[in-house]
Amino acid sequence: MADRVLDAKGLNCPLPIIRTKKVLKDMAAGTTLEVLATDPGSVADFSAFCRTTGNEIVEQGQDGAVFRFVIRRAAA
Amino acid sequence: MSPQGDGAGSANAPKSMTIIVTKGSLDWAYPPFILGTTAAAMGVDVTMFFTFYGLPLLLKKLDLQVTPLGNPAMKMPMMGTHMVMPNIVGMIPGVDAMASKMMKNMIAKKGVASIEELREMAVDADVNMIACQMTMDLFEYKLEDMIGGIKLGGAATYMENALKSDINLYI
Repeated sequence: MADRVLDAKGLNCPLPIIRTKKVLKDMAAGTTLEVLATDPGSVADFSAFCRTTGNEIVEQGQDGAVFRFVIRRAAA
Repeated sequence: MSPQGDGAGSANAPKSMTIIVTKGSLDWAYPPFILGTTAAAMGVDVTMFFTFYGLPLLLKKLDLQVTPLGNPAMKMPMMGTHMVMPNIVGMIPGVDAMASKMMKNMIAKKGVASIEELREMAVDADVNMIACQMTMDLFEYKLEDMIGGIKLGGAATYMENALKSDINLYI
């Protein structure tokens, strides 16, 4: 179970990433955020975002049209 | 590649990007604001320089329009297919307004952010926004008609930023 959940369903590029960043910014290092998105582009984009920012995708899945990412907040 | 960022990344020196924004129609306003906000979210220091027709994107009140005139690549989805507006139809008064309304409806329906929203996110993310002073004079815009948090500058101000940036784009 992630520490926080962000519902980004129905949002298109770049909103899921920008909302995610906004939430991550206020979270403590090591805590986890679960993001739900319906944008198929988010699969590639969340990987790229995390590789670039040092945050880590610890879990990833898909339930129908909903993509799910659990991201662990990097140390500051 | 070393991770980027402020709070949500590592403490490495952040990378930087500049974008020269030269176009102010509804369609052309998207690429600079999408890239600017996303780069900022990825810990990049972003400078946007608004010049010529890009400058009005800093006006407090936006009413962006798109024109199908002279744009054969603008194919609007319609009843399961895609439609191109012939130039002669695009010239009829009111067609631009109709096309703009259609595109804004599509934008809202598909969960795409409005330019107003993206611009607000850029301001919130401390994107460095510079209004071209020469364009302000040329087209007679006043600073009080523009949103807050922007700076005035010219080509040298842009160059100073561009010379130390990792990515420089012209849109």
